[in-house]
Amino acid sequence: MHSHKPLCLSGSGLTKVFGLGRTKTVAVDRVDFEFHEGEVISIVGESGSGKTTLAKMLLGLINPTEGEIYFQGQKRDISTQKKKQEYWKNTQAIFQDPFSSYNIFSKIDTVLLDCIHMRGGRKLPKEQKIALMTEACGFVNLKFAELTNKYPFELSGGQMQRLMIARIFLLKPKILLADEPTSMIDACSRATILDYLMKLRDETGMTLIFITHDIGLAYYVSDSVYIMERGKFVERGSADDVILRPKQPYTRRLINDVPKIYEEWDLSTV
Amino acid sequence: MAKVMLEVRDLTTKYITRFGEDVYAVDHVSLKVEEGKSLGIAGESGCGKSTLALSLMGYYFPPLHYTSGEIIIGGRNITSMKPDDIRKSVLGTEIAYIPQAAMNALNPTQKIIHFIEDVVQAHDPTENKKSIYDLARASFEVLGLPAEVLQKYPVELSGGMKQRTVIAVSVILRPTVLIADEPSSALDVTSQKMVIKMLRGLMETGFIKSMIFITHELPLLYNVTDDIMVMYAGQIVEQAPAKQAVFDPLHPYSKGLMGSIIVPESGLRNAKLTAIPGVPPNLKKPPEGCRFAERCKYVRPDCKATTVALYNAGDHRAYRCILSEKTLREAYQHAQS
Repeated sequence: MHSHKPLCLSGSGLTKVFGLGRTKTVAVDRVDFEFHEGEVISIVGESGSGKTTLAKMLLGLINPTEGEIYFQGQKRDISTQKKKQEYWKNTQAIFQDPFSSYNIFSKIDTVLLDCIHMRGGRKLPKEQKIALMTEACGFVNLKFAELTNKYPFELSGGQMQRLMIARIFLLKPKILLADEPTSMIDACSRATILDYLMKLRDETGMTLIFITHDIGLAYYVSDSVYIMERGKFVERGSADDVILRPKQPYTRRLINDVPKIYEEWDLSTV
Repeated sequence: MAKVMLEVRDLTTKYITRFGEDVYAVDHVSLKVEEGKSLGIAGESGCGKSTLALSLMGYYFPPLHYTSGEIIIGGRNITSMKPDDIRKSVLGTEIAYIPQAAMNALNPTQKIIHFIEDVVQAHDPTENKKSIYDLARASFEVLGLPAEVLQKYPVELSGGMKQRTVIAVSVILRPTVLIADEPSSALDVTSQKMVIKMLRGLMETGFIKSMIFITHELPLLYNVTDDIMVMYAGQIVEQAPAKQAVFDPLHPYSKGLMGSIIVPESGLRNAKLTAIPGVPPNLKKPPEGCRFAERCKYVRPDCKATTVALYNAGDHRAYRCILSEKTLREAYQHAQS
C-alpha cells in the first residue's frame, strides 16, 4: 500500500557474522528489505533470530560484514563520526528497557534540551525552548513543569518510556526504530505507548520500524511484516497476508503459539 | 454445588513501609474457588495481584502484614495459625505457589532430585530417597517431563524447562490449590505455550484440585481459567465467568482493560485499542469513594462521595460501580457508535 511512496531505507544482501572458524555465527544472513516513507514495518522473530543484530546495523551501531544499506536511495555513508551524527539526526531508536535508556547523571531538562540542540535549536531564546519542551511533554501526557529538575530514575517505567517518545517528538527523525518498546510494560500501558507512536507517525510521516516477538502487536500496528528465522527473512508481505494467510510453516507456528480469544487456541501442537 | 476448596472472606493485608506508612495492597478481598475450577486474577502492575497471592498463603513476613479477614482452606482457618505450623502443614500440601521468576527458585548447586528430596522431607522426614525418586519419576512422567531432568543441575536446563520443572516440583505433594503468579511471562511464546498446556493438564491428571492464575496477559487468562477477577488498586472491581469478563465486561476499568487486548486474529486490525489515561491512585492515601473515578470516562459527582460496594449482578457476576448494568451498557454502546 505504500509502494508508491519513495524508499526510505533499504538493504541488499545484508549479512553479519560474529566470530571466526568453529565459533562462527551468521547472525544475519543475506537479507533484503525495502522500507518506504511513512510505512510501519514489523520485524518479527524469536529470541536469537537476529532481529536485534539487524536493528543495530540499521542504526549504524555495528557494521555489516557484507551487503549495503541505502538511505533515501543513496548508499549510506557513516564512515566518520560527523557523518554518523548526521545519520542519527534522521534515525532514532526506542529500546526495550526504559530504565537503561537514559544517562543517569542528566536531568530531564538536559535530556530534552539535547534534542532541541541536535535539531539546531541551540540559539533559540530560553522561553521558546521551554515552550517546545512543554509541547513535547504534553504530547505524551506528561507535565513538563513537574519534571523539571528531576532525574530519570525518579519516574516510573511507563513515564520513562513516554519521555522517550517526547524526545522523538522533538527530534522528528525520518526513521524511528522501536526495539520491543512494550515488552517490559503491562498490557494497559502498552496500548498508550502504541497510540502515541502511531500518532507521532501520522503527524511527522516518519517510517516506523518495530522489532518484536509479539506477532499480535505486529499485526495490529504494521503495514508490512517481515518474519525472521535464524538470520533470514522467511516470509514478508502485508500484515494481512502474512498473519491471516501465512505460507511458511514457521510463520504458522509463531501465530499458533500466541494465545487466541476469538478462535480456539490449539494446544496440541507443542 | 461443587466442594469449595479455598474461601477467602474480607481479607485485608498491608505493607508497612520503612517510614511507618501503611499501604493497603489487598483491601477486603473475598473469593471462592471450587473443586476443579481455576480462577484468574487480572489487573495492571501495582494493583495488588501478587500481594494477594502472597497473602493467600497465610505466610506473612515484613513488610507484608496481616490485618483482618479469613482464609479457609480444607475447612481450616489458616489466618490464626502460627507461621511455622503453616509452613509445615499448609504450604506445599494445601497451597502451592509458583512465583513470578520461578525458574530462579532452583538451587544452582543442587541436582533437581536433591531439591525434591528437600521439599518432600521437609513435610515428612521419614520418606526415604528411593520412594521420593519413584514419586518424582512418576510425577515427571505424567507431566511429560523427561526423567533425565531429575539428575541434572538447573544450569543444564533451558528457561522453559526450568519453569516446567519448578511447576512439577510445586505440585509433587498434590496440593489443594495451586497459585501461579505470572508463570510464563519471562518465556518466549513456544515455551509459554508448553507451560500453559502443562498447567491445564494438572487438574485433569489430579495433581491439583483447583488453581488461581495471575497474569496481566488477558488472552492467556481467558484460555486457562473458568472465572476471572479484575483487581484495581487493591480491590476487586469485577468478577465474572471468563467469557463474559473478556467479551462483556461491566466495570469501566475492565472494559478499558479488555479493550487493550492484542491478538493476531482477523477483526482485530481494525479494532480501536482503548488506552486508560492516568495512573492508579497511591495506596498510601486511597481516594474516598470509587478508586477508579479519577480515570473513569463515565464518572458522576456521586462516584467520589460514597464508598462503592461490590454489587452482585447475578449469574456469578459482580462489579463495583454505582451505575446500573443498563446505564453502563448504554454508555458502552454509545461510545462504540
